Amino acid sequence: MAANGSGNGAVPAVNGRAYPLEDHTCDVVVVGAGGAGLRAVVGCSEAGLRTVCLTKVFPTRSHTVAAQGGISAALGNMGPDDWRWHMYDTVKGSDWLGDQDAIEYLCRNAPAAVYELEHWGVPFSRTEEGKIYQRPFGGMTTNYGQGIAQRTCAAADRTGHAMLHTLYGAALKHSAEFYVEYFVLDLIMDSEGACRGVVALNLDDGTLHRFRSQMTILATGGYGRAYYSCTGAHTQTGDGNAMVLRAGLPLQDMEFVQFHPTGIYGSGCLITEGSRGEGGYLVNSEGERFMERYAPSAKDLASRDVVSRAMTIEIREGRGVGKSKDHIFLHLDHLDPKILAERLPGISESAKIFAGVDVTKEPIPVLPTVHYNMGGIATNYHGEVLVKKDGNPDHVVPGLMALGEAACVSVHGANRLGSNSLIDLVVFGRAAALRCADVLEAGANQPTLAKDAGDFALARLDRFRNASGSTPTSELRTNMQRVMQNNCAVFRTGEVLSEGVKLIDEVLASAADVKVSDRSLIWNTDLVETLEFDNLIAQAVVTMNSAANRTESRGAHAREDFPDRDDKQWMKHTQAWLDPETRKVTIDYRPVHTYTMTNEISYIEPKARVY
Amino acid sequence: MVEFTLPKNSRVTDGKVWPAPVGAANTREFRVYRWNPDDGKNPHVDTFTVDLDDCGPMVLDALLWIKNKIDPTLTFRRSCREGICGSCAMNIDGVNTLACTKDLGEIKGPVKVNPLPHQPVVKDLVPDLTNFFAQHALVQPWLQTDTVAPEKEWTQSREDREKLDGLYECILCACCSTSCPEYWWNPDRYLGPAALLHAYRWVIDSRDEASGERLDLLEDPFRLYRCVTIMNCSKACPKSLNPAKAIAELKKLMIERQKT
Repeated sequence: MAANGSGNGAVPAVNGRAYPLEDHTCDVVVVGAGGAGLRAVVGCSEAGLRTVCLTKVFPTRSHTVAAQGGISAALGNMGPDDWRWHMYDTVKGSDWLGDQDAIEYLCRNAPAAVYELEHWGVPFSRTEEGKIYQRPFGGMTTNYGQGIAQRTCAAADRTGHAMLHTLYGAALKHSAEFYVEYFVLDLIMDSEGACRGVVALNLDDGTLHRFRSQMTILATGGYGRAYYSCTGAHTQTGDGNAMVLRAGLPLQDMEFVQFHPTGIYGSGCLITEGSRGEGGYLVNSEGERFMERYAPSAKDLASRDVVSRAMTIEIREGRGVGKSKDHIFLHLDHLDPKILAERLPGISESAKIFAGVDVTKEPIPVLPTVHYNMGGIATNYHGEVLVKKDGNPDHVVPGLMALGEAACVSVHGANRLGSNSLIDLVVFGRAAALRCADVLEAGANQPTLAKDAGDFALARLDRFRNASGSTPTSELRTNMQRVMQNNCAVFRTGEVLSEGVKLIDEVLASAADVKVSDRSLIWNTDLVETLEFDNLIAQAVVTMNSAANRTESRGAHAREDFPDRDDKQWMKHTQAWLDPETRKVTIDYRPVHTYTMTNEISYIEPKARVY
Repeated sequence: MVEFTLPKNSRVTDGKVWPAPVGAANTREFRVYRWNPDDGKNPHVDTFTVDLDDCGPMVLDALLWIKNKIDPTLTFRRSCREGICGSCAMNIDGVNTLACTKDLGEIKGPVKVNPLPHQPVVKDLVPDLTNFFAQHALVQPWLQTDTVAPEKEWTQSREDREKLDGLYECILCACCSTSCPEYWWNPDRYLGPAALLHAYRWVIDSRDEASGERLDLLEDPFRLYRCVTIMNCSKACPKSLNPAKAIAELKKLMIERQKT
């Protein structure tokens, strides 16, 4: 019998009756309908597997829609290019924390994945010859760091939007089965440690559903909303990551949080790196193009962690712009207005709406803003979830996959390069579907679920639905976001992080007093936000602890008390568990894969990372 | 049949007037449509007073402020908060638009917020858009070709690609369709401006080889031809697209192919 939050020991109930559960069986359940989820849905459907996609928002509302600058692939449409150069850049961008077999898989399969998207209808911008237009992006070089590559395929500055809508169309073409506005509560794990499906709440009518599947694919995105200011959507709450923690599995490399250099000051809305790719540059209060000092060769197109740190230093040393000298200017006003209208129309509109700026005349006020989580659910390049077990660092968790920002393959390591995220979605979305086609038999018999399978999820739902403490969810959420913003930012020190661990534990403890005002089961966003907060706080705790634990600087994790990368001690992935009872974090490590997938490229040896 | 008066249980009544925030100097009144499917009551309009000094500049910021500070049961969709996902479409100050990009400074007097018109309401500001999305799916929004696909990309000239501008940017927010009286009256038979804009986007894509079949799909007294150029759609579009023009282009193509 499940534990019940209302305290009477009975099974959770609606109006005194047990919550009715509707059962479904399918071959594959995909949770999330962003780029990765939809690509997996299409692939699994093509393979003849009965595939169900559960998503808390309508597919085209997923945050892939907001990706702007583009999708990287060494097509060579603008000049010579090679997937090996792309691989070198990605390894260097990752600060040698990326797994090189997975990075090889990503980069060599990238061109085919982009052509596939084009064949499905993505309206890419075009070159004079009618090929896909590619623009320069941070950290993307030719010939192993020698020149600046034009590798990022773009549909103006709305690439994610164009891709997501096209992928949704492709899923419609395959008559994929969508359950829209279904909020997945938890994984169903069996006693052997295999995933057997999920439990979900239908927001529309409050009914509860149990999906039994041979494979569950989590494509639930990142958790940017753990921070006060982020470029991400309100819905970016890392629900899949939190489900994995509750299932007693670890999250990997959670200390690596990317700050995008150019979030609009105030609102945090994204201004694409493509704006610098098209010739934009940053200046401080002295009108200086300061990036020339920090990254003499790549300048404004250095990797994101490098640019964000440089901006933070400029502000800290009193060279910020504005009344409080607390931000930086991004200039696009020297660019041809025709180019702006053709290649950067979306951010021109955003700058007008959210900063009141006409980009053809004035600079945009910007600030490094939380943007992407390199960490997540550890997987191999098939998308299969990995955990260190009995000494095997690459033990595959049966029945469970993870993709996209939720996953940590790890191709981005300690820092993701711009435009490597969109390609990650489709390459590994496709890889996961191929793997499913390989290992699953359509319609195979599945063992019956245990009678109490899913009770855990219902008890949690019931506890929050009836939560009658005195602190509203919004207040707890703000407290968490403030702590993350203050204590786990661009620069970190041991002192600030250990204070952060204490403060975030306090927020976690105070969450026992949560108050939910809406008791309904129909479109209860108060309840959903509370479940999302519960997901976020678990990830916040793990992030803060992982950051306090890593005593070196690597990629996005910049420790002022340990300014150097320490390959001897720290070239390894953090794996962090959160005990569901004590809520204490346990940390272990997995080795970085220091080998490639094939002999067509050899392991790229670590060296100093200079742009 | 067209109904000119609302049934008794749909008449909107006055709702609760929530107390104003104490000590706020710079406030704005919000009149927000509420309907709870659980309580059996009529829809009503609640009045909130928002502290503008404690809140961002957009209508969505104010709604979030109300939800966070006054009434957590207020229900609406939102996601990206930057005008690209299309979640927070609603009727604000009498006009369909996105709450996240609608600046409070553009609205005079109390801010009236209602769900998108003429759609079934699920709760408060959340409309049921099932029919709208089904119509989008009906136009087969994917590239269709018979020719064997090339190894690399289909080539497309810049001029041909430019024809998709003003069309592919649609975010499926439903502001246009739900502002159209013809759509209000024939939602089951007229496809509405959003779906037709998508239909046109694929018809004129130089890579697509199914234009004929796509036009056949629209050869119907209602699906396309119910548009009588009221033009509310183009006025409502928060992305400044012009669905009315796309519909006119489709009608022109229909006539052209009759000539040949």
